[in-house]
Amino acid sequence: MSANKPKIEAQHLDFYYGSKKALKDINLLCYENRVTAIIGPSGCGKSTFIRTLNRMNDVIPGAKVDGQILLDGESIRSPKVDVVDLRKKVGMVFQKPNPFPKSIFDNAAYGLRVNGLRNRDKIAEIVERSLTEAALWDEVKDRLDENAFSLSGGQQQRLCIARALAVEPEVILFDEPCSAIDPIATAKIEDLIQRLKAKYTVVIVTHNMQQAARVSDYTAFLMLGELIEFGETERIFTAPSNKLTEDYITGRFG
Amino acid sequence: MKLRPAAKKKIVQVAGFFLLRVCLYLVLAVLLLFLYDVGKKGGGSISWEFLSQAPRRGMTEGGIFPAILGTFLVTLITAALAIPLGMFTAIYLNEYAKQTRITRAIRLSIRNLSGVPSIVYGLFGVILFVNILNFGTSILSAGLTLGLMTLPWTITASEEALKTVPNSYREGALALGATKWQSIRTNVLPYALPGMLTGTVLGLARAAGETAPIMFTGAAFSLPILPKSLGDQFMALPYHLYIMATQHHDIAKVRPLAYGTALVLIVLVLGMNMAAVVLRYRLRRKRR
Repeated sequence: MSANKPKIEAQHLDFYYGSKKALKDINLLCYENRVTAIIGPSGCGKSTFIRTLNRMNDVIPGAKVDGQILLDGESIRSPKVDVVDLRKKVGMVFQKPNPFPKSIFDNAAYGLRVNGLRNRDKIAEIVERSLTEAALWDEVKDRLDENAFSLSGGQQQRLCIARALAVEPEVILFDEPCSAIDPIATAKIEDLIQRLKAKYTVVIVTHNMQQAARVSDYTAFLMLGELIEFGETERIFTAPSNKLTEDYITGRFG
Repeated sequence: MKLRPAAKKKIVQVAGFFLLRVCLYLVLAVLLLFLYDVGKKGGGSISWEFLSQAPRRGMTEGGIFPAILGTFLVTLITAALAIPLGMFTAIYLNEYAKQTRITRAIRLSIRNLSGVPSIVYGLFGVILFVNILNFGTSILSAGLTLGLMTLPWTITASEEALKTVPNSYREGALALGATKWQSIRTNVLPYALPGMLTGTVLGLARAAGETAPIMFTGAAFSLPILPKSLGDQFMALPYHLYIMATQHHDIAKVRPLAYGTALVLIVLVLGMNMAAVVLRYRLRRKRR
């Protein structure tokens, strides 16, 4: 493993929905080619946090952000940053599989086409590569023209991962990617996340502590919008330094 | 565990279903009776001659071709105004506009406009299109007036259709680096289009049958020649029917022709409504 290099840095990050403060002074590092898990009880701000990293919260009326988020040392909130460009670099997979009502192929090719790629051979090549990377190619290669809704939930989620990989992001955000699918499909996706970190920086929100322990290198524990503890996953789960963290991971609340 | 006797519940349910069914049959009966009456009294007048020729001898003979053509042309103008303007307004209101007090007021006004009596639109059309914009009494003025009247319907129907598109389609596209317009064009509109078109065609069908908005803005009592341009006056089915039913010097004599005209108008409007249903069905199936 190469030395840990910060990819994303959140500094004094505050977030408001109208007058409600959802994130309070979050300071957090996500290292390059590592998996960082964000855990915490429902409503603690996990999803809000991850959605600030690709500015997905921009579209929510009444939302307000304070503080700084750096990607490779550069602010993603500076007016110079093109949010469309940012989202190409920071891809996202959502909680519920959300394939578009199009064919499997068109789903995987969507990001390429909106980004202006027209060459059919090139598109087909990248679609195959991303579907392979998402461990879905063998299951769908003979039915690429079929509607994406004909896939099972787990397959749909892997298609959404493939769709995100196709635009060649540097970071992939997973917002509770397994909460809507069965255990076997979950195992496949966890396995996939493990392999993805060789090429990408991964941030995953999960309410499943075993999942965080299995897939991540670093874990951040959030509660009521505050970062309670952050550190290497092994240490967080074996020797948490904060009483709240300990109570949460041992299942005393949450 | 003791189960409660279901008898009482069952009686209420049966009575409820019965009531609902009676309501449905009542509505259907009125509609069928109406169609039967118009069909029986007007069916005899329908012939190729009736559909393809102009009225003769003070409307007591001949056909209604100029009125069919006029209604067709004026509906085209209505569509040209109401479809693009209605759809784009709905897209702006639902996708781009911030939901402030002002947009809520605008939306409420649009809903209210759909309840304004059609004669008010007619008078407004006279002032705006005929006088101020100087389009004269013409196909253009009448079509634009009907277009204005249809707009609230197309905007509302289109907005409702856009609301049914799951937000995850928008977010999913944005997260892949699509611009807002790309996400709308490639991911929202294809999904909303069947609903938007259905609402729009229903609005157009209603406009095609209107009399009040066109009687001051371009429809003529009777014309010796067919209109040559959009600046000419025209004959229209609903207005022609109105004249033959109430204004003619020999109402009893033209009655069968009036019924025939009514039948043609009803078939035209029903046909447009059916087309809307078929269109929606086709588009939905294509998407699956």
